[in-house]
Amino acid sequence: MVRHGPGADLWGEPLATLRRIQDEINRAFGDQRWTPSAAEFPPVNVWRGPDGVIITAEIPGVKLDAVDLTVHQNTLTLKGSRSPEAFGAETSWHRRERSYGPFSRVIELPYAVDPDKVKASARNGVLIIELPRPEADRPHKISITASS
Amino acid sequence: MADVTGEPRARHDAESTRNGPVFLPTTDIYENKDALYLSLELPGVDPDSLGVTLEKRVLTVCGHAGGDAPHGYSLSHAEYRSGHYERSFTLSDAIDGDRIEAAFTDGVLRLKLPKSQPAPAKTIQVRAAG
Repeated sequence: MVRHGPGADLWGEPLATLRRIQDEINRAFGDQRWTPSAAEFPPVNVWRGPDGVIITAEIPGVKLDAVDLTVHQNTLTLKGSRSPEAFGAETSWHRRERSYGPFSRVIELPYAVDPDKVKASARNGVLIIELPRPEADRPHKISITASS
Repeated sequence: MADVTGEPRARHDAESTRNGPVFLPTTDIYENKDALYLSLELPGVDPDSLGVTLEKRVLTVCGHAGGDAPHGYSLSHAEYRSGHYERSFTLSDAIDGDRIEAAFTDGVLRLKLPKSQPAPAKTIQVRAAG
C-alpha cells in the first residue's frame, strides 16, 4: 500500500484520492461481484448526467425483446423472464448456479419521464436504458442584466 | 502455467498482477454421453477480450467487463461492478480439443466440449516363462 507523506498535496490531484478510495472499496468487498445493495434481479447501476439518467442492468441470457419496460411518471418498471437452457434427455448436471424464472423491478426516478423519449438497447447482456430529463425540468440559465 | 496435479487451479493462491477485482462467472454445467456443456454468465464482457483455453485437462475462461460507462455521466448508484472474470475447471473426461464449440450471445458464453472416443482396450499378452 502506498502511503502518502505528510506533505502530500491534498488538492493537487483529486483523481488520485478517488482512485485510492476505489482501491479501498475494492479491498473491502474483496472479489464480490455485487454490492450488498444488489438484492434484486437484475442488478442495476444508475448514471447521472446533464441530459438525464442512464440505467444499466445486467441481464445475461435475456434478449432485449423479452424485456418489458414501462414508464409511468417517475417510476420505471422492468419485467422479464429468464428461461432455462434447452437440454435433451439423458443429461446429468454437474453445476446449476444460474437462476431462472420471471423477474420484476421497480425503480424510482428523480423526475417524471416522457415515455416516448425513453431509449433502450442491449449489449453483451447489459441493458442500457436512457431516460432523458424533460425540458421543463432542466435548469434554466438566468441572464443577469446589470443596471447602470 | 501447467497443471501437473490435476487439481483445479486455485484462484486465491496468487494475487493478480492487474489492479481490480477478479470475478467467478456464474456457471451451469451438464453432460450427456457425447459432450460436456457449459454456460457461463459474462455480462458486459467485450467479446474481443474473451479467452477460452484448454490445457491438459484444465479449461480456463477469462474476459474483461467494464466499457459500459456512458460518456459524460457519473455513477450515482452501483449494484454491480466491472472487472475481470476468470474461472478454471478440471475436466474428468477426455475432451476432443479440436471440436470445441463456443458461442457468446447476450452475455452468456456457451461451450460444447465433445468427448473424445475412448481408445479400444488393448489386451496385453503375458507370456509365462519357463
